[in-house]
Amino acid sequence: MSKRILTVDDSKTIRDMLNFTLSGAGFSVAQAEDGVDGLRVLAATPDVEVIITDINMPNMDGFTFIEHVRKDPLHKSTPILVLTTESGADKKARARQSGATGWIVKPFDPNKLLDVIRKVLP
Amino acid sequence: MADFSDFKATFFQECKELLENMEAGLMAMDGGEDVSSHIDAIFRAVHSVKGGAGAFGFNKLVEFAHVFETVLDQVRQGALDPGADVLQILLQAGDVLNDLVTMAESNAAVPDGYGQEVRAKLHELELRGQGGGDGDAPMEEFDDLDFMPVAATDLPDAGGEEPAPEAFDGIEFQPVPADATGLPSATGYRVSFAPRPELFRRSNEPLLLFRELRRLGTLTVACDVSALPDLNVLLADGAYLRWTLDLVSDCPIDQVREVFEFVEDDCDLKVEPLAADPGPMPAPPAPPVEARPIPATAPAPAARAVAAAAPVAEPVPAAAPSPAAESAKVPPKDSGEAQRKDEAAGGITIRVDLDRVDRVVDMVGELVIMQAMLRQAMGDLPRDGKYGALSRGLEQLFQISRELQESVMAIRAQPVRSVFQRMPRLVRELSNQTGKKARLVMQGEATEVDKTVTERLADPLTHMIRNALDHGIETPEERIAAGKPEEGVVHISAEHKGGRIIIQLTDDGRGINRERVRQKAIEKGLIAADAVLTDEETDALIFAPGFSTASTISNISGRGVGMDVVKRNVQDLGGRVTIRSTPGKGSTISLTLPLTLAVMDGMIVSSGAETFIVPISNIVECLRPKNGNVQQAGDGGDVLLLRGEVVPIQRLSQVFEIANARDTLADCVIVVVEVEGGSKLGIVVDELLGQQQVVVKSIEENYGTIPGIGAATIMGNGQVALILDVDAVGSAGRPANGRHIH
Amino acid sequence: MNNTQTHGGMSASSGADPSAPSHQYITFTIGEREFAVDIMAVREIRGWTATTKIPNAPRAILGVINLRGTIIPVLDLRASFGEELTVVTPAHVVIIVVIGARTAGILVDAVSDILTVGQDQLQDIPEVERQGRDAMVREVILVNQRLVGVLSLERLISQSQLELTDKVAI
Repeated sequence: MSKRILTVDDSKTIRDMLNFTLSGAGFSVAQAEDGVDGLRVLAATPDVEVIITDINMPNMDGFTFIEHVRKDPLHKSTPILVLTTESGADKKARARQSGATGWIVKPFDPNKLLDVIRKVLP
Repeated sequence: MADFSDFKATFFQECKELLENMEAGLMAMDGGEDVSSHIDAIFRAVHSVKGGAGAFGFNKLVEFAHVFETVLDQVRQGALDPGADVLQILLQAGDVLNDLVTMAESNAAVPDGYGQEVRAKLHELELRGQGGGDGDAPMEEFDDLDFMPVAATDLPDAGGEEPAPEAFDGIEFQPVPADATGLPSATGYRVSFAPRPELFRRSNEPLLLFRELRRLGTLTVACDVSALPDLNVLLADGAYLRWTLDLVSDCPIDQVREVFEFVEDDCDLKVEPLAADPGPMPAPPAPPVEARPIPATAPAPAARAVAAAAPVAEPVPAAAPSPAAESAKVPPKDSGEAQRKDEAAGGITIRVDLDRVDRVVDMVGELVIMQAMLRQAMGDLPRDGKYGALSRGLEQLFQISRELQESVMAIRAQPVRSVFQRMPRLVRELSNQTGKKARLVMQGEATEVDKTVTERLADPLTHMIRNALDHGIETPEERIAAGKPEEGVVHISAEHKGGRIIIQLTDDGRGINRERVRQKAIEKGLIAADAVLTDEETDALIFAPGFSTASTISNISGRGVGMDVVKRNVQDLGGRVTIRSTPGKGSTISLTLPLTLAVMDGMIVSSGAETFIVPISNIVECLRPKNGNVQQAGDGGDVLLLRGEVVPIQRLSQVFEIANARDTLADCVIVVVEVEGGSKLGIVVDELLGQQQVVVKSIEENYGTIPGIGAATIMGNGQVALILDVDAVGSAGRPANGRHIH
Repeated sequence: MNNTQTHGGMSASSGADPSAPSHQYITFTIGEREFAVDIMAVREIRGWTATTKIPNAPRAILGVINLRGTIIPVLDLRASFGEELTVVTPAHVVIIVVIGARTAGILVDAVSDILTVGQDQLQDIPEVERQGRDAMVREVILVNQRLVGVLSLERLISQSQLELTDKVAI
């Protein structure tokens, strides 16, 4: 059974690219459009093993989303990677504060993306 | 990256929506709405454009979006007050961003220095947002690049793998010999690694890091368990282990550090090059328990497993429902945003060739008509027994066809809002440039027009507004001297009328200077020096090709602004343009455009054996003439007395020479309509047959203009019905407008 | 006559002299007279359906009909020759023609034939003074001792004031 990854991004372009890359690597992909949607999808799909989330999203941003996910005992230790266009330290620090495991700097290279996932996926 | 090129179309489609959201948000802020309810969406829009652009290597777009976004972020954080001047720059930046997206989409090279002026302004804002800083822009990674003219081809691929070296500052590493700066080390590295509890709380996992290290070369791991407490005091998410890892590899040190990228702040980490001959592994601070490739049962992962399996560590309410309940509690930021989101969600679609849609539209129209014919054929059959099911099925089919038709029509129709939306900014820009003050008032933005019409309206409207600001609106001083408010008003409206769309642009400026227009026309050889022209004819000269002069070239577009362009554009759409001007009071330019595919509410009326449609939007009321409320006017025509108002009436049967129409006025119905200019007209018909939404079809396409008729439609029985142009019906009394060809 | 072929029905022709450039025409009748129209301009032939009258239209314009979602005018050819209006019956036929960018229907009594005609069989009518019907016939075809007038659709349109759009657009 392929491992399931949840992607949360308000941009369809990014969602499509993630889906393309991850599905191509044999993962099964669940998609959400913002933090609220992400929590909903997560509740419906508890077998998610890695979460990739954008930071800037409507309704609920990535930081808040991560905080909520970390409160869920089921996903207390699910690796969460944030997608960020900034390599700036402050964004990473905030993401880490919220409980993010690591980050992926956009634009991402398909191979690098998979490298990073391997780094956090048991 | 080549893999992602398939997503470009999605990206540009998304950009369109994002840019519209951005625009709408900026306009709302400009309109005085609360900043906080819009700035997030604006920021996100620009941010998403940047994110997507990066994936495709649109470097200039990324760079500009980055600067733009930085300023938006400052506004968002409250560091920068979005005053009028700031908004102005943001709007301009929005324009530049829009252009850059367009250029990227069409693969056009970005001209050197394009948008630099705006970028410089953004940069100033950024400094202001930093509290009038000293010019340093520490957040600004692109800054130094920004102002260097670089040919697009010279830029490094945005998708390039190598991060800029400065991205690693702030991370403490042991001083390394010269060979460590990216050069392969002869033997390898010694990594001292002591995770802190935070590392586990963020779901990082030493085992996985070691696995990564092992990909780089031969790894030897030594674990120090001396800090491990007794089990009875062991914390589930505590971190008690330290490792020393020797990696024999010729990889650059960066690669080793990269493995620990996510955890460098959650651990004590030291990376040192191994000595040429490291000898036996040096004793770690405490005696090693193991010095072999990592065992599967390393204690740390076990600790983590405990953390996951022991919710006791933290009292948690009922498990699964919590995220859902949480999500339900989070309301959208404001209803406007929710709506915009809905719109955006509705707007994410596929691109379809318009011809295909048209084919569907026509076919569905045929289907509906066939349906109506079937229903008529069914009419005579008994509704019970074996025909009952047939008749009910037919009824359902009819319903579905109707819905199908509506859905299909909705595909092509589009509110003019998308075009109108761009105009306020134009007015502001022009006001700034000309030193005039003007305000734009819009009306009827929701009026739906065929998509092709909407798209082709932007150019003429832009020209018209520019003309109004250049020539119509006076300077504040002139206006005050003329006893007008300092600020001029440009009014733009759209409405359906008689199956056409009328777009009007009115300014309260000085009106057309007929003497000057006349002189210019003579100079240009457009009219003879002794030509005798009416005021209307003189005004119409501004639409003559070649009338525009160099003095009207705008520095916004750099293009000549000719009203002849407006006229040509409108003609291309099958419409016409007229101007009315009152010296000292202002001008109104009206565009009358056909709506080949618009849907309209119509009142079906009859006169004799003929049936016509009166657009509901024109109708004020319908009434039966009673004794006394219709009287003979002086010129022999009749007038209707409507609550003290004298309304001229026209018999449709006379205007259209229809035989066998009702003669006695008392047997007729008067449809009171509002005509151009706001005056009323009573149209006398035989009967009202009902209301119906009709699909407007062009009659000009294959026939020509019919005075008094704006368009046509196809009724349920397949017959064509004509839609009245009430303005023309109103003026049909004048012989010049009648076309009697007998 | 020589190599002029007439066919029953609407079948394509065969047997035309391949060396001479030939053209196909649809022939139809107005009363006793026979006319032809270039087959390339004909889109379809339909039975008569009721039209919607156009106010103040020229007499020969019978009105407009719905042709699969497009609205097209129908012209009474007899009336545009300056004669009386046709008394229509279900047997009458409307030839849908395309002229330039326009589509229009022409009411005729009946469609009779398809002719394949070589260039040499077409005879110009000299530019003498023409009125009514003759003004719309630019050439004639001689077929089996009959003269068939080739209808000039352009002239028909201009004479019928169907070109109004071009004039009105200011």
